[in-house]
Amino acid sequence: MNLTLKIWRQSDANSKGKLVDYSISGIEGDMSFLEMLDVLNEDLINKGEEPVVFDHDCREGICGACSLQINGEPHGPDRLITTCQLHMRKFNDGDTIYIEPFRAKAFPVVKDLMVDRSSFERIQHAGGYISVNTSGNTQDANAIPIRKEDADEAMDAATCIGCGACVAACKNASAMLFTSAKVSQFALLPQGQVEATERVLAMVNQMDEEGFGNCTNTGACEIECPKGISLENIARMNREYLKASMKG
Amino acid sequence: MSILDSKIPEGPLADKWTNYKNKINLVNPANKRNIDVIVVGTGLAGGSAAATLAELGYNVKTFCYSDSPRRAHSIAAQGGINAAKNYQGDGDSDYRLFYDTVKGGDYRSREANVYRLAEVSGNIIDQCVAQGVPFAREYGGLLDNRSFGGVLVSRTFYAKGQTGQQLLLGAYSAMNRQINRGKIQAFNRHEMLDLVKVDGKARGIIARDLVTGEIERHSAHAVVLASGGYGNVFFLSTNAMGSNVMAAWRAHRRGAFFANPCYTQIHPTCIPVSGDHQSKLTLMSESLRNDGRIWVPKRKEDVEAIRTGKLKPTQLSEDERDYYLERRYPAFGNLVPRDVASRAAKERCDAGFGVNKTGEAVYLDFASAIQRYGKEKAMTSGMHNPSKEEITKMGEEVIESKYGNLFQMYEKIVDENPYKSPMMIYPAVHYTMGGLWVDYNLQTTIPGCYAAGEANFSDHGANRLGASALMQGLADGYFVLPYTIGDYLSHDIRTGKIPTDTPEFDQAEKEVKDRIEKLMSGSGEHSVDYYHKKLGKIMWNKCGMSRNEKELKEAIEEISVLREDFWKNVKVPGTVNSMNPELEKAGRVADFLELGELFAKDALNRNESCGGHFREESVEQSGEQKGEALRDDKNFKYVAAWEYKGEPKDAELHKEDLVFENIELKTRSYK
Repeated sequence: MNLTLKIWRQSDANSKGKLVDYSISGIEGDMSFLEMLDVLNEDLINKGEEPVVFDHDCREGICGACSLQINGEPHGPDRLITTCQLHMRKFNDGDTIYIEPFRAKAFPVVKDLMVDRSSFERIQHAGGYISVNTSGNTQDANAIPIRKEDADEAMDAATCIGCGACVAACKNASAMLFTSAKVSQFALLPQGQVEATERVLAMVNQMDEEGFGNCTNTGACEIECPKGISLENIARMNREYLKASMKG
Repeated sequence: MSILDSKIPEGPLADKWTNYKNKINLVNPANKRNIDVIVVGTGLAGGSAAATLAELGYNVKTFCYSDSPRRAHSIAAQGGINAAKNYQGDGDSDYRLFYDTVKGGDYRSREANVYRLAEVSGNIIDQCVAQGVPFAREYGGLLDNRSFGGVLVSRTFYAKGQTGQQLLLGAYSAMNRQINRGKIQAFNRHEMLDLVKVDGKARGIIARDLVTGEIERHSAHAVVLASGGYGNVFFLSTNAMGSNVMAAWRAHRRGAFFANPCYTQIHPTCIPVSGDHQSKLTLMSESLRNDGRIWVPKRKEDVEAIRTGKLKPTQLSEDERDYYLERRYPAFGNLVPRDVASRAAKERCDAGFGVNKTGEAVYLDFASAIQRYGKEKAMTSGMHNPSKEEITKMGEEVIESKYGNLFQMYEKIVDENPYKSPMMIYPAVHYTMGGLWVDYNLQTTIPGCYAAGEANFSDHGANRLGASALMQGLADGYFVLPYTIGDYLSHDIRTGKIPTDTPEFDQAEKEVKDRIEKLMSGSGEHSVDYYHKKLGKIMWNKCGMSRNEKELKEAIEEISVLREDFWKNVKVPGTVNSMNPELEKAGRVADFLELGELFAKDALNRNESCGGHFREESVEQSGEQKGEALRDDKNFKYVAAWEYKGEPKDAELHKEDLVFENIELKTRSYK
């Protein structure tokens, strides 16, 4: 395949960025999208130009490092995958592809296509845990029976990889899907109940402080989420938040 | 006489750890506040260690190259974590887990360490459940278990096919709590470039802020390296792209011995290579072998027809298929350990029975499991005359609930539906059992420098069983290191803060800067990846699943030539004082080019077949085991620990003799 790429280049958070055109040839359907960028970067390096910077690591859809807004969609045109799992067979010879960083005030650009998602970290620091001593003296695991359905539902929420596609997909750049997935995991398990009130208040407050927008129930986040995290989590977080606010 | 002191405690095996803990020195909680610990790498081992050390009261600084600890490659582990809980009542015990692990490691691990691992394994599950890790449950609300390659009991705990992810998020949440309390200072997007020693002790590190390029000095009373393995020396592996050996290797250059570098686990169930552009290989959980049957066609003409697309695998009848694992190893069948399954796949493909275009793939088939589960489901749902379609549908639903995400992943990559046509798999480099040599305390040969998880060598021998890496990472981090490091730190309660404006830090920083400058000043003929790929090809072809003297000698020579060329001609674009992933890669590949040579040297020295590594000169000649790997306990029952002496060819070998008092060394037979 021969392709035209329009790639966002920006040297750091404080510089102005712009789209730059590149043409690339010899792309095969079996290549992943990131491998296609590897090919481009190899060309650029050989020509003495600076390669395009993008986040990536595991390249098997689980670490959540890769991002990219591809033709306007987070992680590109396919559903339920990350960019590293997107294959070039989804594109056609002669296509023009727009490649941009995830856009949100709370995700400043580090360089080119790489953004800073540490706002997500701070939301989790605020309360994304159960306060248990890591001493090795906890009670036997089977002393906390959990209904299979609850464990499965908690697992579905816990599947969130924190890639930020939900934020990038949202017209308000809201982090509700991410935050609610984290809140839900603990809300569904007996171990998380004791601190539930403090947790949801602290995490939601931190989310607001980071500059994420509000949820207007558009649902784009759920559609673009590579792990299929459900909007029900947002409803659950809202209920938890309301409950906590009334208590608080 | 070896200069290596393993510090294995006296006494009966089952009491060693308890006795040891009863006797070591403790640090008063008020004094812990005056002690700093650096943890490099924040995956399962580093993350759990950092959280626990902070919980105990030490001041912890963590370093990771990603933007978050939750991206560590531990997150990609799929299948599960072992623990000797005996919840299933199928006869499991600490001893049995210990026995399986030592046997699975082909008797090249340390008895005392492995027993301790088995002993604390149950605690890990308790700990993780308390943290809210959503392990799979049975309908009664209790934890579910499954079995894994190489063992005959169900002792593997799992969270769908994402166990590593959930365990890592558990450790990460424990870290978050400590970050929130101010006990952990997290340095993300930072890379350790050197270890700083003061009076022979590890007292800090030199790190680079990967965003600004700034070189930083960080001091501490002890340094914990939990930076993972070095599988990326092969370029193509199942490791994350950024996984590297830098922290361990730089410590090695400062005096930490590197043990058994040639021990690499080749994982049998990976998605085959599709072309030259490939950047990494994808592993699919070994748990698939619980239900998948592995086969290739019996006849070469069928192989040919499949490769050219004239025949579909589903068109071959049962007796036209060679279920070679079930044929060769009837006792374990498809659940033989990873090395056996990998070698058997390579043997069939080398003999011309590989089923993909390049002849490097075998089938992993779920058709019979789908039928079996479908019939069972029909029975339990009260359907007496289900149609074939209904059975298939219900069977597929059961398989989906067990392995759904893996099947989805396969379909995305290969563009074929694995419910309808068998998966294609091939072995790939996965986990490295070698690493920094550590004593029973997990301390390297540098006082105050510790190594945990995949970065050390002690627990897995020449091979490792499925679901044992997660167990070791968390055992080291949650339950072992927090005790053993206290014994060392108890001597530091009056030391005070370690200053960083000393000649030792000056010198280390200067060396780091010189090295970076040298990397940037290459003639610019070839990219970093060009060298990495070349190194990878040498490693896979000559130091891979099967090795011989001639090729290992060639590999040593070729890597040394490649390294020389790299330092003269590599091209690193961009600048030093900014985000520059090519510069990061260049530093890492420079280390791989040294480690690769030591790897080959170690493999050459070890003239025996054991665990994951098959030495062509060492094969069983007769009897039931004819053609299988031949271990040589008389000459090689030791840990090879290499001391840095400049060039890898000058590295000096030290041997730690392995003593087996509780297990009789036997030929591993899975027949």
